[in-house]
Amino acid sequence: MNIYEEDILDHYENPSNYGALENPDISYEEDNPLCGDKIQMDLTVKDGIIVDVGWQGYGCTISQAAASMLTEQIKGQSLEDIKKLSKDDQLEMLGIPLGPVRLKCGLLALKVLKAGAYGLKGWPGDEDET
Amino acid sequence: MNGAFRPLDVEAIRGDFPILKQEIDPPLIYLDSAASSQKPNCVIDALSEYYRTYNANIHRGIYRISEKATAQYEEARKKIARFINAPRSRQIIFTRNTTESINLVAHSWGNANLRAGDEIILSVMEHHSNIVPWQLLAQRTGAKLRFIEVTDEGFLHLEDLDRLLSKRTKIVAVTHVSNVLGTVNPVQSITAAAHSVGAKVLIDAAQSVPHLPVDVQAIDCDFFAFSGHKMCGPTGIGVLYGKLELLEEMPPFLGGGSMIRTVQREHSTYADLPQKFEAGTPGIAQTIGLGAAVDYLNDVGLDAIHPHEQELLEYAHQKLSEIEGLTIYGPKPRHKAGAITFNLDRVHAHDVAGILDQDGVAIRAGHHCTQPLMQKFGVIATARASFYLYNKLEEVDSLYEGLLKAQKILIRRRG
Repeated sequence: MNIYEEDILDHYENPSNYGALENPDISYEEDNPLCGDKIQMDLTVKDGIIVDVGWQGYGCTISQAAASMLTEQIKGQSLEDIKKLSKDDQLEMLGIPLGPVRLKCGLLALKVLKAGAYGLKGWPGDEDET
Repeated sequence: MNGAFRPLDVEAIRGDFPILKQEIDPPLIYLDSAASSQKPNCVIDALSEYYRTYNANIHRGIYRISEKATAQYEEARKKIARFINAPRSRQIIFTRNTTESINLVAHSWGNANLRAGDEIILSVMEHHSNIVPWQLLAQRTGAKLRFIEVTDEGFLHLEDLDRLLSKRTKIVAVTHVSNVLGTVNPVQSITAAAHSVGAKVLIDAAQSVPHLPVDVQAIDCDFFAFSGHKMCGPTGIGVLYGKLELLEEMPPFLGGGSMIRTVQREHSTYADLPQKFEAGTPGIAQTIGLGAAVDYLNDVGLDAIHPHEQELLEYAHQKLSEIEGLTIYGPKPRHKAGAITFNLDRVHAHDVAGILDQDGVAIRAGHHCTQPLMQKFGVIATARASFYLYNKLEEVDSLYEGLLKAQKILIRRRG
């Protein structure tokens, strides 16, 4: 299966929720030093619900498309819902197989979201491995 | 062997590399030899023969297969000494890789010779393996790091070296050939300049020994480090060459078996060179395999390999220069060995590599373990294609086609 699917390229070229929020409640940024991909995510939260989300960043198609897809999904969700989002959920949104290196590209947005929302610093999925 | 140009029979050479003969779809177009080269049959066979017919530990076995293993291991040392024109084979220390060779020098020689206020000169184009061991040494001793800058064309800014060299300089550690830009540095004149202030010189030769004939006595460097796996040899075997009087004075790096003469409860005396620096059971098969790789490179001839790679580089520069929005980093082919590094405008290097991979073209993308160099060029990552004796011009065409495809896929609708 081609990882450069139309859907991925559409999100890469016309990302959803791209841009910074004014006065966000949560703002977090992180990069992947391996390839230099960077994602910053801003959240506005009311009564535990994400009412607005904006993101900015640069990097490869996979990392940028993943951020676009993820922000579409989380708008309107509660911070509790965010806790339940897994590595597999993000990979399902992307819908393409990723090798071990590109996996980190695909998961950077979720990592940023979880670190910003509740301080989880590791890579999504790594908590399963002991 | 009179130095006259002998064109390589690339098809015959490719026949020596089983990985290139696999019938797979798409066929492998391997343009990442600067990361690790492929292995010819003779190297794979040498590993297999050792394990199948005379596998034993070396040096103290009083039986035939151990004696044979020892003889083959030590024969590899002699072959490598001749290959880089080291005066004596005991100046060849076996390590795991270039990184370990540099760490050996930074620990053993560095701890014994550096004090607070001393200076270590590096360059901005060094691989992390020739930066981090010196940072750690500086932290241990209070020595300071100084850097030779890189010009926009991808050369060392040698005026910096003249300015930085002083009585405080204890060592200059620079790469022979840049793993990113391919730039061949004037290591002989750098060595002479460093010696004029009494500083020692370490050359990172990981990217030069596979591609260029080298002569450590002509360079006159004090230390010279390289890896087996980039020169058709196995992984897990590296080499440190050092000047005899330095290696003899230096304290051991790792302690353990093989590196001792006598061991008492509280203290030990150490073995002579080279065993002093080879604690524990070494990579026996890997060393014998590297000996076979040196035989192979000698048979083909670096005097033939280098012009062949130059032809590939010239062609790659010409083809890639035709691509609009492609930036090549580093100097013109005649100043380089082995590698061409580039970026496509508005396309991340990982995406370039990902799309090329769909057609079987293997290149490297990322920071290439040279973050200071990436910062100098203001990029986060680049794509790099690197060549070796088994590459052919048609593979450059495949690279070119793949890059056009990447542009078409990734920047089709954006204005």
